[in-house]
Amino acid sequence: MTQNILAKKVEAQQSEASDEPRCEFELSRRSFVKLLGAGLLITVTEGVSFGRRSGGRSRRSITVAARLHINQDGTITVMTGKVEEGQGARAQLTQAAAEELRVAADQIRLVMADTALVPNDGRTAGSQTTPSTVPAVRRGAATARELLTRLAAEQWKVDRGALDVRDGAITHQATKRTVSYADLAKSKDVAGAFAQAVSSDVTVTPVGAWKVLGTAVARPNWRDLVTGAHRFPSDFVRPNMLYGKILRPPSYGATLESIDLSKAKAMKDVVVVCDGQFVGCAAPSSFRATQVLEVIAKTASWKTVSHPSSKDLFSHLKKNARLGGRSRPRSRGSIDKGLADASKVLERTYEVAYIQHTPMEPRAATAEWKDGKLTVWTGVDGPQQAQGDLARTFQIPSERVRVIVPDMGSGFGGKHTGEAAVEAARLAKAAGRPVAVHWTRAEEFTWAYFRPAAVIECKGGLDAKGALIAWDFTNINAGGAAIDTPYNIANTKILSAGSDSPLRQGAYRCLAATANNFARESFMDELAAAAGIDPLAFRLAHLENQRIRTVLEAAAKHFDWATRRKKVTADIGVGLACGTEKSSVVAACVEVGIDRKRGEIKVHQVCEAFECGPIQNPANLTSQVQGCIIMGLGGALSEEMEFADGKILNASFAGYRVPRFRDVPKIDVHLINNTDIPSAGGGETPIIAIAPAIANAVFVATGVRIRSMPMRFVPMTGEVQKR
Amino acid sequence: MDVKVNLTVNGKKRSVTTDPKRSLLDVLREELNLTGTKYGCGEGRCGACTVLMDGKRVLSCVTPAAQANKKTITTIEGLARGDSLHPVQEAFLAEGAMQCGYCTPGMILTAAALLEKNPNPTDEEITTAMNVNLCRCNGYTKILNAVRRASKK
Ligand code: FES
Ligand code: FES
Repeated sequence: MTQNILAKKVEAQQSEASDEPRCEFELSRRSFVKLLGAGLLITVTEGVSFGRRSGGRSRRSITVAARLHINQDGTITVMTGKVEEGQGARAQLTQAAAEELRVAADQIRLVMADTALVPNDGRTAGSQTTPSTVPAVRRGAATARELLTRLAAEQWKVDRGALDVRDGAITHQATKRTVSYADLAKSKDVAGAFAQAVSSDVTVTPVGAWKVLGTAVARPNWRDLVTGAHRFPSDFVRPNMLYGKILRPPSYGATLESIDLSKAKAMKDVVVVCDGQFVGCAAPSSFRATQVLEVIAKTASWKTVSHPSSKDLFSHLKKNARLGGRSRPRSRGSIDKGLADASKVLERTYEVAYIQHTPMEPRAATAEWKDGKLTVWTGVDGPQQAQGDLARTFQIPSERVRVIVPDMGSGFGGKHTGEAAVEAARLAKAAGRPVAVHWTRAEEFTWAYFRPAAVIECKGGLDAKGALIAWDFTNINAGGAAIDTPYNIANTKILSAGSDSPLRQGAYRCLAATANNFARESFMDELAAAAGIDPLAFRLAHLENQRIRTVLEAAAKHFDWATRRKKVTADIGVGLACGTEKSSVVAACVEVGIDRKRGEIKVHQVCEAFECGPIQNPANLTSQVQGCIIMGLGGALSEEMEFADGKILNASFAGYRVPRFRDVPKIDVHLINNTDIPSAGGGETPIIAIAPAIANAVFVATGVRIRSMPMRFVPMTGEVQKR
Repeated sequence: MDVKVNLTVNGKKRSVTTDPKRSLLDVLREELNLTGTKYGCGEGRCGACTVLMDGKRVLSCVTPAAQANKKTITTIEGLARGDSLHPVQEAFLAEGAMQCGYCTPGMILTAAALLEKNPNPTDEEITTAMNVNLCRCNGYTKILNAVRRASKK
């Protein structure tokens, strides 16, 4: 089947990934110390494995030395396997270490995502940095602080409790003695102490005492971003390097039948590689490599296969839905009884198109082989996972592969897979020279993966008083993220069913939570309308979750929902939606304008309240929420992959419309700092309330209910209902 | 047939022998090692490759190298004066107007060209001038704030 060839599915969520490869330090102690600057000698490997289970929990704890290193100048190097892709991990993890070590953030140098230097903290995905890696770094730093304090106590022969730690120094008030971390680090005892495992029950600083966490620390390398000095993965240049290009099939599932490489091979300074279905070339410039590839492509003949088109997408997904078998619904009460008892039953189907992350920086890698060892600079969100993939591809031990992920040009869940790394390494191996492979935008649009499309079937039953008593919800293809309803309903049946995905699909910012929330929150509005109850009141009547109630009420209050709901006209509508995912909660109120002539929905204002526990970096969180809101507008209103005959028909920013400056509404973000619970990540969930709030606003103004994302306003084609 | 292109880049005279159809973007990145100028689409629809040519903003991905002959080019690497940043760069830092930062060089140069021509743009004028520039982190709100801040300098 065609799909089998092309849709070797990316694990929908990293948490589903099975056993991940282990990483060991390959560097000798001497070279490691040289890399980090003279200072504390570190024993890194013995008895320590950096493997971790997916989901961010360490399989075995790492040593303090594997997490941090104190330099003789008093600065501290902290190591993490997380990557920075714009979400703010660099600042946040720097703050985490600084907080526990009781130093200023600028005392910390954070080494990220270099498999030769850092522990495996798991993929940067699933909003896991905040709940998993921040605590891991804090425990590492707090353990180090405790070990250093104990050493000072031993040296001075005083009680540990009599010592103060502040500004990178330990002080014994009674005798007015002080020793800095840097001075302590010179002692041999520290090396021994840091060889201990990070303590799992060390006390970390309580939220109320935070000095560095909770503040708007700027990303440490910001200046390099405004001067152009920072080297992104696509900016790595090695001496004697070539630029590579890969021959892509003309359509999904097509296989190469024959090719003539003689002409290309005769070209000057050109390397051509053909290995089964893999054909690529490398030349001294991208321009030249593109020319060579054109010469090669002309000689290729392909066997193509049939492939569903986006026009038939939703019927294809429905037809191939795996509703029985392994997919089991989650039930509460009796759905049959609930529906039978209902005085009104609504049945609706919602659809969500495939969309793409379109990270600003497409996939890129530079690979270099030296003495049988491979080094790759690339943009992926799992450096250790890419290391494992490369080791398997070239059948070498993973110690011989080093993957470095420089802070990269965004990802949004779209960079789980390291295709460019493998391609660059294959070409570099054949060329005997470093090779860079930079995907074009069209390649990224076609050969990366997509956020799953969905068909969502809903049935709901209201009793005579307008209370919701039955809820039947089936998501076909997109997955189970945020599929459970937070509303209090006696009889529910909820199912996530697989299907045959025509496109290669995988993770995306909040993944299926957007689809599930679009359907649920749209359907809640339809039910509220059927019950004749205001949508805010209808939700609150069924909502026990206090955190969601708080954000919903906050958004409604700041937006002035009650007043504005009354001022709705045929061209101006207001809508709201809420939801929860990844331990955070969100609610949004929006105002839209309808341009009937142009069939356009214009979002005028978004007022969103968000809560993810104690806020660790307010400036960064604001950026994330604003970014989610605007990104959400794209999926809601304009983004959609179009495909036919195995080809993406809109593989460019001309045909695939993402939000631009013109589309930016007035945005009010209200962050709620809930210090009663642990911090959760905030870079994903703020996206899930946008689309349904817009759909609900369009309905209120026009009476037209749009049930398909992206939403387009085509007057009179939707099901027209009374307001 | 390769041609010789003479250009001044960030104040330095440079000479490159290249295919005249090759993009200025490729020449900057691959011949002159000025990688601050980014590739985002290669078809003039994202602004990541923005540079200043004789003071005006151009999209270097759709500018053939030959067109840069005898021209003065400013890339993001050449915008600061020594250690002192350009006011637009300062404003981006002050507003924290970056997430991943990949669109940032193009954003900054587009804004610098706008403010050069029109030191006090309205929001509408900023939006019009910047609309080609995509930020996939969707940090438009803070970028707008940064441009407003720079215009007040
Ligand atoms: S790379 Fe030039 S406009 Fe996108
Ligand atoms: S900051 Fe990431 S693309 Fe703009």
